[in-house]
Amino acid sequence: METRGVDQKPLRDAVPGRMDAPEVTLANSREAGAGSQHLTPDGPPCPEQAGLPGAPRPVPCGRARCACRSGLSACAQRGAEPLIAMESAEAEPSESRPEEDGAVPASDLPLPEQPAATMEDCLAKKMEITVSEAEKRTGRNAMNMQETYTAYLIETRAVESQNEGQCSPVDSLWRRYSEFELLRNYLLVTYPHIVVPPLPEKRADFVWHKLSADNMDPDFVERRRIGLENFLLRVASHPVLCQDKIFYSFLTQEGGWKEMVNETGFQLKADSRLKALNATFRVKNPDKRFTELKHYSDELQSVISHLLRVRARVADRLYGVYKVHGNYGRVFSEWSAIEKEMGDGLQSAGHHMDVYAASIDDILEEEEHYADQLKEYLFYAEALRAVCRKHELMQYDLEMAAQDLTSKKQQCEELATGTVRTFSLKGMTSKLFGQETPEQREAKIKVLEEQIQEGEEQLKSKNLEGRDFVKSAWADIERFKEQKNHDLKEALISYAVMQISMCKKGIQVWTNAKECFGKM
Amino acid sequence: MPISPSSMINQYKFEDEPELKDLFITVDDPESHITAIETFITYRVVTKTSRGEFDSCEYEVRRRYQDFLWLKSKLEEAHPTLIIPPLPEKFVMKGMVERFSDEFIETRRKALHKFLNRIADHPTLTFNEDFKIFLTAQAWELSSHKKQGPGLLSRMGQTVRAVASSVRGGVKNRPEMFTEMNDYMETFSHKINVLDKIAHRIYKEEREYFNEMKEYGPIYTLWSASEEDIADSLKGVASCIDKCCKATEKRMAGLSENLLPVIHEYVLYSEILMGVLKRRDQIQSELDSKVDALANKKADKDLFSEEIGKLEDKVECANNALKADWDRWKQNMQYDMRSAFTKVSDNNLRYYEEIALCRLLEPNHLR
Repeated sequence: METRGVDQKPLRDAVPGRMDAPEVTLANSREAGAGSQHLTPDGPPCPEQAGLPGAPRPVPCGRARCACRSGLSACAQRGAEPLIAMESAEAEPSESRPEEDGAVPASDLPLPEQPAATMEDCLAKKMEITVSEAEKRTGRNAMNMQETYTAYLIETRAVESQNEGQCSPVDSLWRRYSEFELLRNYLLVTYPHIVVPPLPEKRADFVWHKLSADNMDPDFVERRRIGLENFLLRVASHPVLCQDKIFYSFLTQEGGWKEMVNETGFQLKADSRLKALNATFRVKNPDKRFTELKHYSDELQSVISHLLRVRARVADRLYGVYKVHGNYGRVFSEWSAIEKEMGDGLQSAGHHMDVYAASIDDILEEEEHYADQLKEYLFYAEALRAVCRKHELMQYDLEMAAQDLTSKKQQCEELATGTVRTFSLKGMTSKLFGQETPEQREAKIKVLEEQIQEGEEQLKSKNLEGRDFVKSAWADIERFKEQKNHDLKEALISYAVMQISMCKKGIQVWTNAKECFGKM
Repeated sequence: MPISPSSMINQYKFEDEPELKDLFITVDDPESHITAIETFITYRVVTKTSRGEFDSCEYEVRRRYQDFLWLKSKLEEAHPTLIIPPLPEKFVMKGMVERFSDEFIETRRKALHKFLNRIADHPTLTFNEDFKIFLTAQAWELSSHKKQGPGLLSRMGQTVRAVASSVRGGVKNRPEMFTEMNDYMETFSHKINVLDKIAHRIYKEEREYFNEMKEYGPIYTLWSASEEDIADSLKGVASCIDKCCKATEKRMAGLSENLLPVIHEYVLYSEILMGVLKRRDQIQSELDSKVDALANKKADKDLFSEEIGKLEDKVECANNALKADWDRWKQNMQYDMRSAFTKVSDNNLRYYEEIALCRLLEPNHLR
């Protein structure tokens, strides 16, 4: 089935439901949004379900998680397209099959710009990357005012085969947080179909009372250093992102990197927030999977932030319980001074109470690491949403283009046949002020036909773009989902292990204390 | 639920031979009484005994807090230098517990139970006549008995004199031993009050922790509803946190049952002991002033000598009684503290073991 190239079928011949029409039909644009879905609730229909007359069956993908059975895990091979195309305006609504799947074998679709790297080719395997140090610096900012900031040392080293026993030299350069932000923004714009790894938080949030919310606090800086390293490693192990030249330069080229990034002109390509918001509200037929994904990411964000807030409060309270026990130490010591037989027992028990009280510091520091792991996925939720937004934007764009095309076709038709289908100012004025001359009409029709031609080409390419986007985005989303499930499981396990270690410490202390009390 | 006297055997201290115990007392069944003038609570006091001086071997009476107060003051009167066990306070000024709340009544009931049992265990006080009447007399008998005996005014007079004399400084001829006791009690009193605050603070912090944990677990359950692969792991964490909550509740209950009442009792004891020491001083100062008077007056020597002789006996009795009771008190205190803190340690060990167990099961669940 050939879908490449421009299918130059004249409008009036296009028949809905034919597989050689590259796009899915949409019922009359007037009815768009009146429940005409091009996806079944479970994703694209099984070939068995389609049962469309005259439609050659697409090859079933045979994957276990076929989209017709499951929800989010839509079959990537099928490439469930929510795309619309303009079919003939005369198409009867009953005949137009909105669910018609323009299923295209993956191999026929235009390939992405470059093949994604396999795991072995990932930069992470070829290069050791660490953010090894953090340093306070003072400098002058853009407004020539003095400012204090922290710079982070990025060290890289090529991974040589271990057998040779050679140690390749370490390259290093310093970067500050704002440069990381610049890098990430560049990646977001350049790879809108990728779930871009998040940066650690800019300002300390979800802190419990012992931790400071100050950005200069050494504990915060340390955790941020780890977070930045994690970010770099995530990018370096991403099959697509790791190949980016700007990313590579970020790691290796000290001077002139900022200029290099700005020269890419990525800021111009960025979609305005307003435009994206508008699209979110007005898009009529986004891919259901993206809608579900958006809901999921909203839920994830909400639940994780709630979790982090309460966890911080729990940590606070636990801190209180442990620290109050520390007061025993002093009282026992003072009391033991006036006791003869009880003195020793009291004194040593007091010592163990001090140990108990002190132990909470390490325990909570470890727990902070767990919180950081959750935080990463809190921020990842935002990255997921960004991909969904991009889809909505593209879809909206497509819908607008299609709508425009429809109206132009209608106009053309009206002019050609002289019938007025819809109310138009032109129609009214011509009635009132007399019709145009046939020559004028011909000219208009010609112009419109040219525009329609252009419009169809544009629509086609937008369609393809859209399909490409959906396909590659879903591939990355699947990758992300697996990563997320793996990481979170690991995080939960290590959380449990932490708790066990806390219990062991508690048991030890209280066993010792009990022994001392017994000697009283 | 009424506590059977036989179950009380476990609570006896080792220095009283439990096999020779012949007086078993329980305090239970609080009941509310509403009259036109007031509302008050009575408690059921059940006594089982094999002692000859008791007409029957089992008694059941109802007593109110006022009656306990009366008993205590009678004992103090009869034995000014013995350490009379503390009564629970009239009402809690801290405002945390309402006067007639269930918690308050139960705490009071336990304390009253302890009070009577401590008296029963005391080698001297156990044979006190007023004590016997308290345990055995019917309500109307008790009221009429109460009306006999020195009036309120004279009792107050005694107290005033005691305070006055201690202010005057009956410390002059105080034997070394009692000065030591005094010093000890001052420090002890301070420390035990601090301990009381610490213990209550720990309880409060554990409660706050419990409250937050209650909110923590359900979030994981909520999260599991949006997930597929990790839903089970999340639910596992939620159930673990839930178990942790229950374990915390037990820990709190343990603290509340085993440590808080004991420390509180000794806070009250420290006040009592200071009072006992003052009364001893007062008895001593009575003798001292008479001796001084004799030294000055020189007249009626014989009469004074007789009085002084009596007072000297009185002082010696008081000192001996106090010394013996002091030793006994110290032993009890040591035992009580050791027992209370050991129980708390056990509580905490159980707490950590329970949590560790539930967390240990978790990774298997996750994998």
